[in-house]
Amino acid sequence: MKTLDAVIAESPIFAGLTQEQLEFVVGCAQNVHFEAGQKIAKAGDPADVFYLIRMGEVALDLDVPNKKPVRIDTTEAGQPLGFSWLIPPYEWKYDVTATELVRAVAFDGACLRGKCDADPVLGYALLTRFAQVLAGRLQATRFRLLDIYGTDTH
Amino acid sequence: MAQTLTETAGSLEAMTPVPYAVAAKRQDTYDTWTLELEPQNGAPIVPGPGQFNMLYAFGVGEVPISNAGHFETEERLVHTIRAVGAVTKALCAAEVGTVIGVRGPFGNTWPIEDAKGKDVVIVAGGIGLPPLRPAIYHVLKYREDYGRFVLLYGARTPSDLLFLDEVKSWQRDYDVDLDLTVDAGDTDWKGKVGLVTKLIPPAQFDADDARGFIVGPEIMMKFVAQELMNRDLPAKSIYVSMERTMRCGVGLCGHCQIGPTLVCRDGAVYTWDEVENLIAVKEL
Repeated sequence: MKTLDAVIAESPIFAGLTQEQLEFVVGCAQNVHFEAGQKIAKAGDPADVFYLIRMGEVALDLDVPNKKPVRIDTTEAGQPLGFSWLIPPYEWKYDVTATELVRAVAFDGACLRGKCDADPVLGYALLTRFAQVLAGRLQATRFRLLDIYGTDTH
Repeated sequence: MAQTLTETAGSLEAMTPVPYAVAAKRQDTYDTWTLELEPQNGAPIVPGPGQFNMLYAFGVGEVPISNAGHFETEERLVHTIRAVGAVTKALCAAEVGTVIGVRGPFGNTWPIEDAKGKDVVIVAGGIGLPPLRPAIYHVLKYREDYGRFVLLYGARTPSDLLFLDEVKSWQRDYDVDLDLTVDAGDTDWKGKVGLVTKLIPPAQFDADDARGFIVGPEIMMKFVAQELMNRDLPAKSIYVSMERTMRCGVGLCGHCQIGPTLVCRDGAVYTWDEVENLIAVKEL
């Protein structure tokens, strides 16, 4: 079984950090698990934590008044979950639910934010990594706006 | 080598619809039906995997629809049709016994013999699954002749996923690595949500010895092909079916032209390196 240090060091989101930076990140991390159906976060909750999914899948749901909630995305093993810890007002934007047994690494976002403020080099390193995740999700969202599966008219 | 009427350009045989009756009909989703067609006279034509027929709703019009059945064993033509325009709506509304016109088969086939001994990665988007189904049936029938079989399928919503029970039976009975995703779901949907491209990074296959088959909207195929190449699958090992609007089927009318190629004559199956640069040209 991999140690927490190894899991974090091998994760693409933290790839390339210095040993010292990694040690600090590991110091803010702990293993967690969620049962299938368990709520991980609710929209509007303080976002003082983010996760690296190690196993399983989580769903991001958006409440729509007078309709069933819309499942807008899922996050799977190997991917980070949550970026609101880095962006004011530091609140979760969606309801997050484990759709199956999830094992993850939880990071103390408030602690890391403080460290990023004090250490701009680490702050920049983390920000650029999460910006890549955000850019990928923005691209995917724009692509889905095309509604590509509903075009032919013959 | 599958029979194709494309080589008989201009002949009466290639241009004359043959009457087929709707022998069975099944509604697959809210807007998609599968028709089984029997010839009014003689034996049915036998389209190969990846080939298409021109289906004629008399008095309305003609559309190219891919073969979606067991090409090796089917007694009937099988076509899965999404009702989105005048012709496809007429075809989907055809009751059992209705006679429609059939011309074909046209076009080339999926390289299922070349893929023997290799991993097969099939990526379908939306109504792109039916054109791949004959190739899937072949790989399942001769499962031991192929390596890993990865099937990745994306659709707009859970209710747009075609043949879901059958697809899950392939996973269960034939050792298929199946992964599904939808663009948007609700909380009843327990699978993945997001682009079909998200299914590619975790897929298990040997890029040095694999073949990829993709069918979907062109922009989807573009991003899927890029993602497969990110996994080191060469462009010449990636095959796509160009679903341009074929009309004559025999390379005469030019309606399906993309640059120097006519899809009905030279395709509809191409390697990605043959069409990558063509797809990139605006308004081509």
